[in-house]
Amino acid sequence: MIDALRQIGARTVDGVWKLGCATRFTGTILARSGMCLRRPQLVLDQIYFTGVLSLVIIIVSGLFVGLVLGLQGYETLKRYGSAEALGTLVALSLVRELGPVVSALLFASRAGSAITARIGIMKSTEQLSAMEMMAVDPHSRVLAPVFWGGVLSMPLLAAIFSAFGVFGGYLIGVVIIGVDSGAFWSQMQANVDLWSDVMNGVIKSAVFGVAVTLIALFEGYDAPPTAEGVSYAVTRTVVTSALAILALDFVLTSFMFTGV
Amino acid sequence: MKRTTVDLWVGLFVVGGLVALLVLALKVGNASTVTAGQGYKLTAEFNNIGGLKPRAPVKSAGVVVGRVESIRFDNKKFLAQVTLLIDKTYEFPKDSNASILTSGLLGEQYIGLDGGGDDAVLKDGDRITLTQSALVLEQMIGRFLTGKAAEGPTAEKDQ
Repeated sequence: MIDALRQIGARTVDGVWKLGCATRFTGTILARSGMCLRRPQLVLDQIYFTGVLSLVIIIVSGLFVGLVLGLQGYETLKRYGSAEALGTLVALSLVRELGPVVSALLFASRAGSAITARIGIMKSTEQLSAMEMMAVDPHSRVLAPVFWGGVLSMPLLAAIFSAFGVFGGYLIGVVIIGVDSGAFWSQMQANVDLWSDVMNGVIKSAVFGVAVTLIALFEGYDAPPTAEGVSYAVTRTVVTSALAILALDFVLTSFMFTGV
Repeated sequence: MKRTTVDLWVGLFVVGGLVALLVLALKVGNASTVTAGQGYKLTAEFNNIGGLKPRAPVKSAGVVVGRVESIRFDNKKFLAQVTLLIDKTYEFPKDSNASILTSGLLGEQYIGLDGGGDDAVLKDGDRITLTQSALVLEQMIGRFLTGKAAEGPTAEKDQ
């Protein structure tokens, strides 16, 4: 009994300890981001690594999600005789939810895991310590550029995902099934608002970008310096990011779209 | 990979992302709605606004001329007070008529403005006095049924 209580206590203290470490880690990265402005080339490399290399998976999944939405939406809307609302359905679900969330999940598994593995191995092979020995601050030279690269890439990836999704919905709805093209676009434009829908989607994806990149960096930096430790850290990155994305999505949605 | 190739790809990625955003903003969303400062406000009072929501369109002859800005309840007159934001390029006579209409059978509700014949035009802050409330389906069915019942016992009722 006492042991069980002691274990709960130890877990809680560990959790709070880790949370504090993560907060300090975030603060340090933000405080030492100055070098990213002086040497934008470092951030460009990271945008290439996290953004450009994720493009293929983002474009292909966006297109397929749009195709499926077009088919399923048409089948459902047809029953209510309002197949013209297909454009609205596809655009709203993509721009508000699926674009930011699915692309963030893909981003976490494609780029987040890679970031964790890289930082974890840099730490376990003592490259980070070597940098410190040479008076190069690894926070500003390695970690901050990765952070800003991820944060800048994520909204762009989500926008590309949504745009290709809408194109996929258009392909199925208009080109293959034959919904009126004018009705498809005009209903979409009448019901999708620039600020409350498109911009809120962008804000969501930026928040997800911050969360995923920070989790990936921290797990890598915090990983035990063994092969096993790094592999566990990569797993934790994907799991924690996915949970964080979904939880944050609920919170943001309840703030943004409940109207009051 | 060579420096210039990385730069080229990053440039392509950023431009592609911005183009996607632009497409979402212009092609998917309606960036061309009336914003504050580009229009003037009118108020109108209705007995019943039905399912009218803020940001619903204000149409005249089917053309969107503005948006519903806010809806509040006047606790003295027991009327709904609706504020409309009208694009400043459109002017309406003083005796214009505002009515709450429905687009299609199950569509969203909007406000229809019918121009009157007055020479003076509505200005910022004016009130539209001639209004027509939303048609509430239950009341219409109720009236129809009582009308049928009043016609006599021979009248058939389907439901």
